[in-house]
Amino acid sequence: MNLNVTKLMGWLAALTLVAGMVMGFGVAPRETTQGNVQRIMYLHVPTAWVAYLAFGVVLAASIAYLARRRAGADRLAHASAEVGVVFTGLTIAAGSIWGKPTWGTWWTWDARLTSVAILFVMYLGYLLLRGMIDDQERAARYCAVLGIVAALDVPLVHFSVYWWRTLHQPPSVLKPGAATMPPAILAALLVNVVAFTLLYVYFVAKRVRLLRAESEALA
Amino acid sequence: MAWKDLLVERRSKETLNSLLFFSLALLFVFQFALDADRERLSAVLPGLLWLAFILSGMLGLGRVFLVERENDCWEGLLLAPGDKSAIYLGKLAGSLALMFVVEAMVLALFALFFNVDLAPVLPPLIMVIALGTVGFAAMGTLFAALTAQARARELLFPVLLLPVLVPVLLGTVKATEAVLLHEPLAEVAHWLKLLVAADVIYVVAGLLTFDFILEG
Repeated sequence: MNLNVTKLMGWLAALTLVAGMVMGFGVAPRETTQGNVQRIMYLHVPTAWVAYLAFGVVLAASIAYLARRRAGADRLAHASAEVGVVFTGLTIAAGSIWGKPTWGTWWTWDARLTSVAILFVMYLGYLLLRGMIDDQERAARYCAVLGIVAALDVPLVHFSVYWWRTLHQPPSVLKPGAATMPPAILAALLVNVVAFTLLYVYFVAKRVRLLRAESEALA
Repeated sequence: MAWKDLLVERRSKETLNSLLFFSLALLFVFQFALDADRERLSAVLPGLLWLAFILSGMLGLGRVFLVERENDCWEGLLLAPGDKSAIYLGKLAGSLALMFVVEAMVLALFALFFNVDLAPVLPPLIMVIALGTVGFAAMGTLFAALTAQARARELLFPVLLLPVLVPVLLGTVKATEAVLLHEPLAEVAHWLKLLVAADVIYVVAGLLTFDFILEG
């Protein structure tokens, strides 16, 4: 991505983040049963979405790398995995802070919590593998394989853990039928989703640029 | 390929012997940790059984590509004529054979030391264990190749393998539990389907991606 476009993305992300905060703390009403704790959702749901988006990008970039062998695809996968791991961590942390007052516990072995935690460990392993192989081209190839295998595993993990146990809130936006949220809350949530998606694009663009500079400096 | 590895293994017996003593040591550890409470033991038996399989399997599978590495034959694998997926299948067959032998030993040791009567449930038990082992070995072989050239590979291998194998582990432990409680297999049909799906996905993924690992 062009430097100016990247800068523009950064400013857009900052602006929408501010808008998201205003929407989340100002415009959206206090939820009656959960109180202000519910506002964590404006962080939790967007970061979770970005995490899945990031790992989807890792899959696509990995396939692209194995097919075309462009170093750019590999850098995109690398950057996206890093940002994805950070956002997965944020999702878990925010969820924990919400879970303590709501469920009465920081952590429970519920289906969705467990599968996100497994995802977190899986992609941490991906980054580890990258760091442990000295040869650049080989690291790219091996990580592409791992990126594909890990993504293939996600649905299996999802089903197995779901059958194992479940307690999480059923999804309230992406389900058939009308959303069961007041419009103000839904609007605040969507603004935050857009904001965090822009932030993701900005981070990845920055990281890809940095990785390119690194490999050019080493070459 | 499988034939060559099995032959090497039969000649040297180093992996198999070590694994036998390792699983014996594991049994002692389990025994000390749980203190032989019959009630508690039967509740956790499926989990223990699979813990023993995983730990000894991981030690064994981590070595799958070590023969080539130690003897500088990695280039030989790269230059091997024909389809690279044949090498994968060969290695997978070797891993499977190794794991089945180890599992048979562990089962016998469990039956002996924990006083469990496995004879009436043996056919379904073998089926469940086989289903789980195929998935385990398919991913284990692929990841052994992935980590063979990495630094700290002994550490990296289980770190990568364990989270990916969670579906297989959950499925087999649940199915083994049902078998040991003399429940009909129909009760855990969804787990068996998941295991079959995982096995197919893992083996196909291994076949398709193995080419890229053996490029250089």
